[in-house]
Order: sequence, then C-alpha cells, then structure tokens
Amino acid sequence: MGNTVLDVKNLLTQYYTNGGVIKAVDDVSFSIPKGQTVCLVGESGCGKSAVAMSIMGLIDGGSGGIKNGEILFEGKDLLKLKKHELRQLRGNDISMIFQEPMTSLNPVLTIGGQIMEPLMEHELISKKEAKKRALELIELVGIGRAEEIFNSYPHQLSGGMLQRIMIAIALACSPNLLIADEPTTALDVTIQAQILDLLRSLKEQRDMSMLLITHDLGVVAEVADYVIVMYAGKVIEEGPVVELFKNPKHPYTKGLLKAKPVINQRQEELYTIAGQVPNLATLTPSCYFSERCEQCMAICKEQMPKINDLDNGQRVACWLYEEVTTV
Amino acid sequence: MKGYVVKRLFYMIPTLFGASILIFFLYSLVPGNFIDADQNLTAERKAELYELHGYNEPVVIRYFIWLKNLLKGDLGYSLQFQLPVGEVIGNYIWSSFIVALASLILTWFIAILVGIVSAIRQYSIWDTFITIIVFAAMATPSFFLGLVIIKIFAVDLGWLPAGGMISTGSNFTGWEYVKDVAEHMILPVLVLTMLGIGGLTRYFRTNMLEVIKQDFMRTARAKGLKERVVIFKHGLRNALLPAITLFSFELPALFGGAIITEQIFNWPGIGAIYMQAFSVRDYPLLMGFTMFIAVLTVLSNLLADILYGIADPRVRVKK
Amino acid sequence: MESSAVTLEKNKKLPRSSSLWRQIARRFLQNKMSLIGLAFLIFIILFSFIGPFFSPYVNLGVDPTNINQSPSAQHWLGTDKLGRDVLTRLMLAGRISLLVGLGAMVMSVVIGGVLGIISGFYRGIVDQIIMRIADVLMTLPGLPLLFIMAAILSEWKVPTEYRIYIVMLMLSIVGWPGLARLVRSQILSLSERQFMQATEALGLRDTRKLFKHLLPNIIPLLIVSGTLSVGGAILSESTLSFFGLGVVPPDASWGNMITSANSLLDFQKRPWLWVPPGLAIFLTVISINLLGDGLRDAIDPNMRRR
Repeated sequence: MGNTVLDVKNLLTQYYTNGGVIKAVDDVSFSIPKGQTVCLVGESGCGKSAVAMSIMGLIDGGSGGIKNGEILFEGKDLLKLKKHELRQLRGNDISMIFQEPMTSLNPVLTIGGQIMEPLMEHELISKKEAKKRALELIELVGIGRAEEIFNSYPHQLSGGMLQRIMIAIALACSPNLLIADEPTTALDVTIQAQILDLLRSLKEQRDMSMLLITHDLGVVAEVADYVIVMYAGKVIEEGPVVELFKNPKHPYTKGLLKAKPVINQRQEELYTIAGQVPNLATLTPSCYFSERCEQCMAICKEQMPKINDLDNGQRVACWLYEEVTTV
Repeated sequence: MKGYVVKRLFYMIPTLFGASILIFFLYSLVPGNFIDADQNLTAERKAELYELHGYNEPVVIRYFIWLKNLLKGDLGYSLQFQLPVGEVIGNYIWSSFIVALASLILTWFIAILVGIVSAIRQYSIWDTFITIIVFAAMATPSFFLGLVIIKIFAVDLGWLPAGGMISTGSNFTGWEYVKDVAEHMILPVLVLTMLGIGGLTRYFRTNMLEVIKQDFMRTARAKGLKERVVIFKHGLRNALLPAITLFSFELPALFGGAIITEQIFNWPGIGAIYMQAFSVRDYPLLMGFTMFIAVLTVLSNLLADILYGIADPRVRVKK
Repeated sequence: MESSAVTLEKNKKLPRSSSLWRQIARRFLQNKMSLIGLAFLIFIILFSFIGPFFSPYVNLGVDPTNINQSPSAQHWLGTDKLGRDVLTRLMLAGRISLLVGLGAMVMSVVIGGVLGIISGFYRGIVDQIIMRIADVLMTLPGLPLLFIMAAILSEWKVPTEYRIYIVMLMLSIVGWPGLARLVRSQILSLSERQFMQATEALGLRDTRKLFKHLLPNIIPLLIVSGTLSVGGAILSESTLSFFGLGVVPPDASWGNMITSANSLLDFQKRPWLWVPPGLAIFLTVISINLLGDGLRDAIDPNMRRR
C-alpha cells in the first residue's frame, strides 16, 4: 500500500440537475501507484471530470456532492478532512490542470502573480523568493523570455503557452499527484503533442503520479501506464495500457478503439458507436451500454454486470464475460 | 491611447453642438419669460429690459449670441439672482454635491457587499429577500418615497428635521453647524440611497454570479487559496471592472443635483434651484444648467471609456 | 457537462413545431416571482377597468356634504376635499396611469424599433443621423427635458381629455433613444451571424431579410424591453403629474392624486389621500418589472440587462 498515492474506493458523486438527481460517478474504485500515469477514458458526460472534481473537493455544494466512498491520498481520507486541511493539500500535494487554458487563468492578473499565488499560499516564502521560483517554473515548462512572460497578461499568450503556464502553476509546490483534465483538448494538434511530451517528461523528472482524463485514445496510448474506461458514471473496463489496447474486452472499449483513426491506414468511413450516452437521470438497472451495444443480450437489459478480474490483469464489467449467465 | 482620447474629444463636438441647439430652441419655445412674469414692471421698463437682454433679436441670432458666450465659458446671466449663471451654479453645487457624494458612497458600499453575499449564497432565503428589496427599490417613485420618509421620520416620529439644510433661525458655527447640516442631510441621503441601491445591487449580483462561474475561479480554488482570497482577489476584481464605467456615469448625478429629492426636502441644491428657476422662467439659468449637465454627461462617457481602458489589461494593450 | 446530456434529451422530447414558444411558456410558468407579478398586474387591471362598475360613487363625483372623511364602511379609503370617494378615484386614476404607461411604451417601441432597425440595417449616413439625434437626446438630463416639453405642450391649450396623449408623446420622446440603440446593436450583431450572411449569399431582397430573418430575432428583445419600459413610463408619468406637468385635474392619475400631500394638513393628517395612490404605483411597477424579468429569463436565459 505504501506504493499507492491515491486510492479511490466506491466513490458515489451526485449532481442535482433540472431533470433530477444524477449519479455522475457511480461506485467507482481505482488506485494510482506512485510514479504512474492512470488514464480515465470515456465520452463527454460519462463522469470523468466529476471524478477529478471529487478528488479535489471542488464540487459546489449547491450543484452536487459526494454521497459515499473514500478517497485515500497517501493514506488520509480526503473526504474526512476539514475544509482548511483539504485546502492546504490543494495546489500543494495535489494539483490540477484544466481543459480550457484560455479561460482558466484570471484575465486581470499577471501571469507571474498567478504563478506566485500557490507558492506564497503554501510555502511561506518571501515575495522575492516566490518571484525567483516563478521565473524558474516558466523556464521549466519550456517558455523562454521568462521575465517578459512574468509581467504579461493571459490574453497576450497563446493557448499552448497558457497551458504551459497552467502546468507551471500546478507544479509550483511539487505535488505528488497531478490531475490533468483533458489538458490538450482545446489545443491545436501540434501543440497537443508538445504539451503531452512536457507532462510526460516532468512526471518522470519529479517522480510524480498523474491522473489524466481524456476522451482521446491517442493521448492514452502515448502516456498511460494503466487505463480506466468509464461509461455513464461506471467503470466498465480497466487494465494495463498494452493489454487493453491489444485485447479490449468490453464492446464499448472495442468500439472506442475502432473509432480511433489510425494513421497510414485508409478507411472508407470511420467507425462510430451508434447512439449517445443515456440520460443519467432515468437509468434503470441494466448494463447502461446495452442500448448501443451490438452484442446486447436479454440479461443486459435487466441486470447490471459486476466488474470482474480477468486473468491477464484486466477487469471488465460485461455479461459476455460472466461465467454464470443465469438470471 | 492619446490618439484615442483626442478622437473621442473630437466626437463630442457634434453631440454637444446638437445639445446646445436642442436646449436653446426648446427653451425659446416655452411661453412666457422672466420679464413678463414680473407684475411690478411698467411697460417702459419691460421694453428696456427686452432690449437689454436681447429679446427683440430674432431667435436664431439670439442662439448664436448664446453659443458664442458659451464657447467663451459664459453660461449667461441669471435674471432671478442677478448673477452670472456660472456663479449661481457654483453657489449651490456644493450642497448638492455633499448629499450626492454621501449617498453615492453608501450606495456603492451596500451594493457591493450585498452583491457579493447574494452571489455566494445563491440559493438561500437571503438571496430571495434581497431580490425582493431590489425590485421594490426600483419600483418606488422618488417623490412618494421622500414623502413617506418625511411622514414617518420627521412628522410622526419627529426624529429628524423634515427639510432645509440648517435649522431655521439658528446661527450655529463650527462643529455645531456641521452637526446641524448632517442631521438635515440624513433623510435626503437615505432617500437617494434607497432609490439608487436597487439597480446597482442587481448589477453587482449579476456580475458576481457571472464571475463565480468562470473557469479561473475553479483554478484559484484548485491552487488551494483561501475562499476569502478567491472571492475578493479573483472574483470581485473581475466583477468590479465593468462597474468602473458605471461609476463614471455617476458624475453628472454628483454635480447635477437631485431635482425631485431636493425639491421634496427643500434642500438648497442645484436641483431645487432648477425647479425654482423653472417656475419663474429664468431661462438663462435653465439653459446654462441644462448645458452644464449635458457637458458633464458627455465627459463622463469619455471618462468611463478611459478608466475602463486603464483598468482592464485586455483593453489596455489593444489601444 | 453531465447536465448537457440531460437537457439534450429533454429537448428531443418536444415536438418540433412551436417548440420554441412552448419552451418559453414552460420556463415562464416555472418562475414563481414572475407569476406573482402577472397575477398582481391582472388584479390591478381588473381593479382599474372593471372596479368602477361596482362603485356607487362613480357618477356622483363632487359631494360637498361629505368632504375629507376618513376611511369608513361607506368610503373604504375616505373622501377628498371635494367629497369624492378616494377608492373610486384610485380606480379611475389607475385607468389613466396604466393607459399612459402602455401608450408611451407602444410609441417608444414603435419609434425606437423602427429607427433602430433602419439604423442597424441600412447603416451609413441614415444611421449616423439617427444615432447622433439619439446621442443628443440621451445627453440631456431626462427630467428637465420632460419639464420643458411639458411647459411647451401645455401652451398648446389642448383639452384636458387629450392631455394624456401629450404625456404619452413626451414620455416616448425621452424613451425611444435607448431602445433604438439596443435594437440597432442587436441588428448589428445579428448581421454578423452566419444565417444573415447566408441570406446575403442567397441574394435575398431587403424586405425579405428584414421581415423573415431579422424581425423575428428582434421581437423577443422588443417584448422584454417594452414590458420593462411600461414600469418606467408609469413612474415618469406620476412624477410629472405630481409636479402638475403631466395629467392634470379633473382627470385623476395616481401621480396627481399624490399632489394632495403638498398641503401640509392633508400630508400630516389625511394620509388616505396620498398613500394609496403611491402604493398603487409601487405595486404596479413592481409587478411589471417582475413580469418583464420573468419574460426575459424565459425568452433567453442568457440575455442580461446591459
């Protein structure tokens, strides 16, 4: 256990919507070993971001809340911490970067000021020292002209640069866990690769663990050690990246991999999974993917499959792999 | 930036020119004048005064005389006070100003505070309560509010003076005088504050609600900043920014006097003087005052843009 | 993110035709505050227009034997210095105040809407002229402007029964520039949108562009600002009438009823003469604003007051 940075157990997170209460994260468990990158994969609206927000304790009390489970970070249950204790962990031991770098920085404060903020909050250092560290961080994330960048405002930089700044802010206090929520989605393809490289090399350098949330399997293949596939708030399949890519089990995972364009391989038409993510407010006990599944069976409509270990380290929640198929 | 200001100043000219035409011709359409209104004058004296004040000239000529004087900074000569209009305005403007300033400070302070709290407690009863108060403040006719306040606090309870600026027959000096004026100020300031608070509170509430939904607020929290820092440093600063424009728009109100409130409370400010001048048809004073407000309005628009440019880094760089 | 999936699902269930208006109606009906506003407004309208038919004092008018009575079972809100029943006068005044508010709104919306559309659609020199006039009108302080106009128009010696139209006209002269600006900026931003550029590409005639594509997008804005401006017009009318420059006796409006507060004795001892009309203005305007606000939220949840 000493090797595990984050251990999420039976997490249940609800959101209150106009349509009713929805389980955005439904009985999700996973863990992140030290120094590893775990990827959470799924279509938008499947609860990936809700997992991240739950870990960070950033769910607004008016719009939702964590109803059950444990989130153990280095052995401490984050859900049992007092507000200020959790706050002291945020940006210090656990950091997060977001999907939209353009809007994630405060438009009226300088870049430098925003990098210095977590340093001065968590490390009790002087302003001068913080500025020195901020300049180092700007260099670290691969932007030159640190002094100039320090004094500029967010609107003066490009999306890729801003995401680098977000990474600098996240790394400021040398966190043990970095959560990256779709860090490259809003960026140009060429910039995406640069940001991923940067994240990967920084992770190696600092022996950090990373939880990377994405819908892009290309990203997963590039950086993940372990992959968790989510669908409608549930984990439906997980496994080491190589195994999962080579031998996907769940029809949804298969579909996702098929839908991924492969370079140098001309296809007439890209495969798509028919239908869309179901309305989370009106789910009935069933496999939530059954509506869209090409191999749907009678039982899939009636009972939810449990997640089971397969012999090669993969885990899957699908009736196709249940040995006993009695109702 | 400098070029921009010059350009804007240039744009002001046609607007002010148009305003001067409209003001002059509107007032010259109003029937009756100060000389005719005075019953004690003989026919010869009236003719003399007509000649003296140029009323025998055609209206267009009179306009250009007036405009020429305006450009020289001469707002005209008040018939009622027998003083230059500029001087009359100067005499009464400060009593209007202190009331307007006191209520401005009070209004902004309360509105910002309430705006922040309702944004933080978006779903609470408090927020509903504030919304109701805001709507009530925006629906009250100013003169009626003034009357009710006088009835309650001055007539029925007798706590505060009903009107005027100093107690009649008193000749206080020093602190006594200040205290006396302050007592007379309370009710008019209260009324002006109640009238202004609705729109402004609503504005701050909307702005704060908008800002707290922004991504950078999430980032600030993710950094582990204290909630106080998140709200005030990251939230309020962004919500206040567009309000700078609004603040500049208060300029005419600061110096222009509150006609209705001053009238109701018999406060010797520029607004009450306007009403008085209106009833005796003292046109030079009326026109001068209206022109003065028009200039203030145009200047405050310009000021709003400039201040916004200074405060918002996004605009600052572009110019 | 989670909720977007939910709303998408909901939208799907609605029938295609008229779904927009039905959605608006649904959103409006969900808003408790605006329903209260609507209900109260209906009450005031019934009170003013139907109410007098139930009053025994309507045709009685002046009654010298019954002056300055305090509220009683016969006269719920007492009588005034001419012995008229205050409650009945309040109803009759309501007719005029509501009509003036509504009329002024219609005129401002028509003038402001037409000029705003012309300005935004044809641009160029027409736009310049209209907007400069609007600028000038907005530069002048509103109340003095109303006072001057009232003084000029009083001199036309219009019969008192036509006086209310003069008041409407004055209020709309002050009211249209703001509306014209709003409409113009909306037209300008619409013109930037893809669908308008498509009409350009298709080579549609101006009239078709205007009536089929622009107008439907402006109407919600006009409905909302129109509703909210009724409240403002009623407030302005009451102020003018209070100062004797709006609706003048013998016609009663809520504003000129409050004038009785100018007499010290009435002000101090006979609050039933001037408090009820003040409250009537207050409640009417608050209802209109609640209604307008609800309409805005229902029509476009993202539309915000500038």
